Amino acid sequence: MQLIKGKGFKGGVHPPDGKELSNAKAVATLPVPEKVTIPLSQHIGAPAESLVKVGDAVKKGQKIGEAKGFVSVPVHASISGKVTAVAGFPHPAGKNLPAIQIESDGLDEWSADVKENPGYKNLSPEEIKSIIQGAGIVGMGGAAFPTHVKLSPPANKKIDTLIINGAECEPYLTADHRLMLEEPNRVIDGASIIARALSVSNILIGIEDNKPDAIKTMADAARPYEGVRVVSLKVMYPQGGEKQLIKAVSGKEVPSGGLPMDVGVVVQNVATAAAVYDAVRFGRPLIERIVTISGSGVNNPGNFRVRTGTSSLKLIEAAGGFKSEIGKVISGGPMMGMTQYTLDVPVTKGMSGLLFLPQNEVKSYASEACIRCGRCVAVCPMGLLPNMLGIYAELDRFDQAEKANLMDCIECGSCAYVCPSKRPLVHLIRYAKADVMARRKKAA
Amino acid sequence: MSDEKLLTLSSSPHIKDGSSIPGVMHTVIMALLPGAAMGVYLFGFPALLTIIIAIASSVAFEAWMQWVMGRRITVFDGSAILTGLLLAMNLPSSSPWWLTIIGSMVAIIVGKHLYGGLGQNIFNPALVARVFLLISWPVQMTSFPAPSALFAKGVDAVASATPLTTIKMELMSHKANIDITQLPQPSTFDLLLGAHGGSLGEVSIIALLIGGLYLLYKRIITWHIPVSFIGTALIFSAIMWFVDPAKYANPVFHIMTGGLILGAFFMATDYVTSPVTNKGMLIFGAGCGFLTIVIRLFGGYPEGVSFAILLMNLATPLIDKLVTPSKFGEVKANG
Repeated sequence: MQLIKGKGFKGGVHPPDGKELSNAKAVATLPVPEKVTIPLSQHIGAPAESLVKVGDAVKKGQKIGEAKGFVSVPVHASISGKVTAVAGFPHPAGKNLPAIQIESDGLDEWSADVKENPGYKNLSPEEIKSIIQGAGIVGMGGAAFPTHVKLSPPANKKIDTLIINGAECEPYLTADHRLMLEEPNRVIDGASIIARALSVSNILIGIEDNKPDAIKTMADAARPYEGVRVVSLKVMYPQGGEKQLIKAVSGKEVPSGGLPMDVGVVVQNVATAAAVYDAVRFGRPLIERIVTISGSGVNNPGNFRVRTGTSSLKLIEAAGGFKSEIGKVISGGPMMGMTQYTLDVPVTKGMSGLLFLPQNEVKSYASEACIRCGRCVAVCPMGLLPNMLGIYAELDRFDQAEKANLMDCIECGSCAYVCPSKRPLVHLIRYAKADVMARRKKAA
Repeated sequence: MSDEKLLTLSSSPHIKDGSSIPGVMHTVIMALLPGAAMGVYLFGFPALLTIIIAIASSVAFEAWMQWVMGRRITVFDGSAILTGLLLAMNLPSSSPWWLTIIGSMVAIIVGKHLYGGLGQNIFNPALVARVFLLISWPVQMTSFPAPSALFAKGVDAVASATPLTTIKMELMSHKANIDITQLPQPSTFDLLLGAHGGSLGEVSIIALLIGGLYLLYKRIITWHIPVSFIGTALIFSAIMWFVDPAKYANPVFHIMTGGLILGAFFMATDYVTSPVTNKGMLIFGAGCGFLTIVIRLFGGYPEGVSFAILLMNLATPLIDKLVTPSKFGEVKANG
């Protein structure tokens, strides 16, 4: 049986999903850009260190930034051409960060380092992990955590299940949906490779049931594979949250403060799985991804296959330009995404979408007193008391917030979404978290 | 400087579900209207006047208090209107105007703003006022005009004891053989409709239930408090009724009299003064139901809903401290 039903999780909300704007739009491949700006930090962990200087000629797929340490990955040139700058450029994370700018030579030539690997099915787990790190692969669902780290659990953690995250619960985003629909085999082959690296045979692919076509396509594609099953999940935000997904798919609960490996599970996003396939099968590093461009601010929302480092201006152009004056640009979705201060940011490995909201959809709210309605408590998928966390943060009582399990918050935004008093609960929680983390760092 | 508008930066989430404090308050006010309208229908113009005075004076006291204390004036968020309306519904239709105004003053100033305003009060403001008035002016607060002759068949047309008072008086009469089943009481149909003496907004069970269901449908309240409140009162009074039906009224009578339905759907469910977790709400509601029946059966007052809710309001901080949601990942240690 390829298709099973999910078990759900506690809490959650149903925001309007906006996916109808782009979920029927096939992925369009953008022409090779004349120029790319490739940030050295496109992942959680230490930024890569530049291997090139201005004037160097580089080829597509050539390593141009070296990983610094284990929790880090290299970056690669996404076009062939000449390095024109190694300097600070706007980054979707909200500030200027070091990046390498490359001007295209128009040839789009692969580096000689990129070699096909016909015998990829016989690689050992260690070889696979090393290829994955070398290809600069990170979690492409948004968090951008280096993939090889997740695939290297300590020896005492026995992994028995690989979960592939196709939930895509964030409103507006449809990049994963289109990938599953158009290239199911790339995802499933990638998942099989990851499973081999982990020495597990049980693969569960979780997909929300607002994508029935993707569920069917993936289940059909999974049929020839042993141990691969598709799990249909009842729509509920934040089902794609790692811990919620594990609970919904397998019924297992990751302990507080723990990691998925503590319950024998590793989770990877569908796009990450596809990138792993490209890397292990064809030797191609992570230099392109699918990005959803959406929101009522653009004329033709859609899904675009685009090289990393491509300017968002190119994507705006591809989406038919602006319909009206833009008030807010969000990297990611509206529930967890980050607002951008400029229209010109480079596409990074973790950028699943760019959302353009017109001025009239940008609302600001005055925060009122908490009226203790308890809605945040009812929707919190982590079983926390967001009302109290918000009050503690407001009063700078960080120790009390910490005792109330502040650090368990996954910042999904469900609490702030339902709050009738418009309290900026996630903002307050982040404020308290920053203090707690700074103190922990000092103590360490 | 270009005249180009800058992009807005903000912390996620970037969308909200559209709920608001005024939205919540106005929905509750809407839900109270059937009960209030029945009060006016049954008790006539004095009931309408009491409602108008209570709302107007509550709004005035709220504005004045916010001005005095230098707070943002938010009288139109609906919360003062709601407090005034709830207070009026807990008063006899014959309340003198000054009694109503004093009630509003106690509710808004003592019950709400001295604690710090909206969201900060421990007790339900309207109930603080009602109990204050009941203790201070017991005569005015317990003389209830009978409803208009249109509905009241065979009930005294001038003044009317509430069904619960009738029973309490019998129990306190020290007669040798007390039998409350022989007392003249309104029919179940009259109880449903509200054709008997009582506070102007508590009598019509059917109208209050319509409003309560509307609140559930609009998801302003959840089922936890009303169900545990009414359920506990039902079970406890049923047990006592089985023990001695001559002394203790039947459970259906208990549910349909006094302020129990008004309290269970509209007063005990007040967000600010009730617990935030579902489990906490169940405990809170059960406490309200239990205390209501204890006071009715064994206390000095015929009715106990107001006292029961206020006592449970007092327990709310403790309930919220002890009853927390089951945290995700609180995995039981094995072995």
